[in-house]
Amino acid sequence: MSLILEGVSKIVGSNTHIHTTDLTLEKGTMNVLLGPTLSGKTSLMRLMAGLDKPTAGRVHWDGRDVTGMRVQDRKVAMVYQQFINYPSMTVYDNIASPLRLMGKSASQIKEEVHKAADLMQLTPLLQRKPLELSGGQQQRCALARALVKNAGLVLLDEPLANLDYKLREELREEIPKLFEASGAVFVYATTEPEEALLLGGNTATLWEGRITQFGPTPSVYRTPVDATTARVFSDPPMNFLNITKANNRLSFGDAQSAEAKGSLAQLADGTYMAGFRPNHLELHAHTADAMEFQTQLSVTEITGSETFVHLDHHGDRWVGLVHGVQMLTAGQALNVYLDPSHVYIFAQDGTLVSPAAYAKAA
Amino acid sequence: MALYLLFLMLPIYWLLNMSLKTNAEILGSFSLWPRDLTLANYIKILTDPSWYWGYINSLIYVVINTVISLAVALPAAYAFSRYNFMGDKHLFFWLLTNRMAPPAVFALPFFQLYSSVGLFDTHIAVALAHCLFNVPLAVWILEGFMRGVPKEIDETAYIDGYSFPHFFIRIFTPLIASGIGVAAFFCFMFSWVELLLSRTLTSVDAKPIAATMTRTVSASGLDWGVLAAAGMLTIVPGALVIYFVRNYIAKGFALGRV
Repeated sequence: MSLILEGVSKIVGSNTHIHTTDLTLEKGTMNVLLGPTLSGKTSLMRLMAGLDKPTAGRVHWDGRDVTGMRVQDRKVAMVYQQFINYPSMTVYDNIASPLRLMGKSASQIKEEVHKAADLMQLTPLLQRKPLELSGGQQQRCALARALVKNAGLVLLDEPLANLDYKLREELREEIPKLFEASGAVFVYATTEPEEALLLGGNTATLWEGRITQFGPTPSVYRTPVDATTARVFSDPPMNFLNITKANNRLSFGDAQSAEAKGSLAQLADGTYMAGFRPNHLELHAHTADAMEFQTQLSVTEITGSETFVHLDHHGDRWVGLVHGVQMLTAGQALNVYLDPSHVYIFAQDGTLVSPAAYAKAA
Repeated sequence: MALYLLFLMLPIYWLLNMSLKTNAEILGSFSLWPRDLTLANYIKILTDPSWYWGYINSLIYVVINTVISLAVALPAAYAFSRYNFMGDKHLFFWLLTNRMAPPAVFALPFFQLYSSVGLFDTHIAVALAHCLFNVPLAVWILEGFMRGVPKEIDETAYIDGYSFPHFFIRIFTPLIASGIGVAAFFCFMFSWVELLLSRTLTSVDAKPIAATMTRTVSASGLDWGVLAAAGMLTIVPGALVIYFVRNYIAKGFALGRV
């Protein structure tokens, strides 16, 4: 039971929604599609579900070519970002509807609906209509409907995006547990890197209709293959700075430089792109070789225990995430520090040349 | 408000008043209520087949028309709301322009056409003729309601395994029930009050009530009382329909495109 996309692409009119993509999703895995809005997450899911036909390429499920198969005949379940239920039916009938269509007996349906409802904490609400429920309950109803179907492929398209923070955390913990036992292939689309890291499994990062990288979530996070992936898999996005290497030193401008240690020593001299995550910018030097950058503060955002600082560094916009509530005034000069071991080196075309030293160690 | 109601209700009251009087009283004196209360006018209508068949004929073709209009408009409106096809916007507009022409324009072609194919003086003839006006209206109304239903519901249903007809009846129709109610109401009312086409296309067997009413003109003058009673009875079905669909209509006005 695995889903294989083979050279799949989707072109609508003159717009390419999905560039030629090869992807293999194994049985019993959680696969996260991570990318910003309009990066093609939903388009890709619709191809997987069979709601859309690919312009080119084949879709294989369980060793069979299902490219032209009707969506009714595929064993898939899907949950949308909007809370989609059948408003005219009760919650019970909503959950029971896929089972009824499978032709199961009434007693069997009753048993399975109650099992799913228990799991989703919907039991007291079974006789209500979906529109009488809160958003979280509506989405749980949709999840329960996807769950009872026992589908081999479960597609979750930003299922938590429209929920409030608290419910989102609750459901985010439940979802992997719920489907772990089912042995199905799970696909979960999200815009939030944090969510991908919490869900674990595999992550495919998407950018403008292309899968830039696919692999185990932590390794995609630690060693992104290119600058685009790093940008997608970082919230706020990764900061970039052009650097040059000469005489075994990396020059970061502003008279700041770092020794090219380890594998960096073999790097050919030339211009590169340095990337570093916002949480690695610090307000104080913690190590002796930390580099100092003079920037101007444009905005601060205080989240409670952390502070986002939006910086202007010679026209480049950087974002830093620093601990604690920092009382800073916009417009002031601010020196920030960066440890060279936190720096990813990308070639000018964006491909990763050397991951940050800390990531290799982890 | 009170004044408005007064003016609105006055003609209806006067009609009721007249229908309960004798002809002599109607013509002879001015009275705000019937002095000589009689139900003779109503009895005459409800016992004379040539009278009550007028109502039955009207009801038959109105119901046939409503059913056909909805049966045709539902799939058409679904197509307009869900799919993009070449010229869909133009077609949608041109549907409506059908209603811009007065029915009189169509009376002659319909008369000629139905006479030659043998449909003249049948209920279905009138029903079909009215469809020309009612189908576009119903499509227009239903499309507005269908657009309000997210497409994801359709897709979820397909993923769950519903076939299209099953989905349409089991899931989609209940969602646009108020739209269907509103569309049916408008079809019913148009068909019920339309006089010209129904009169032109019928002679004896399918003669509508509105045409029957002209019978009261005789050599001895007008039979005022019976005419008034017939008028009252003509208002009744419309009032009944409005009473039953009033909730739908209120919802429909609020939600869809009416």
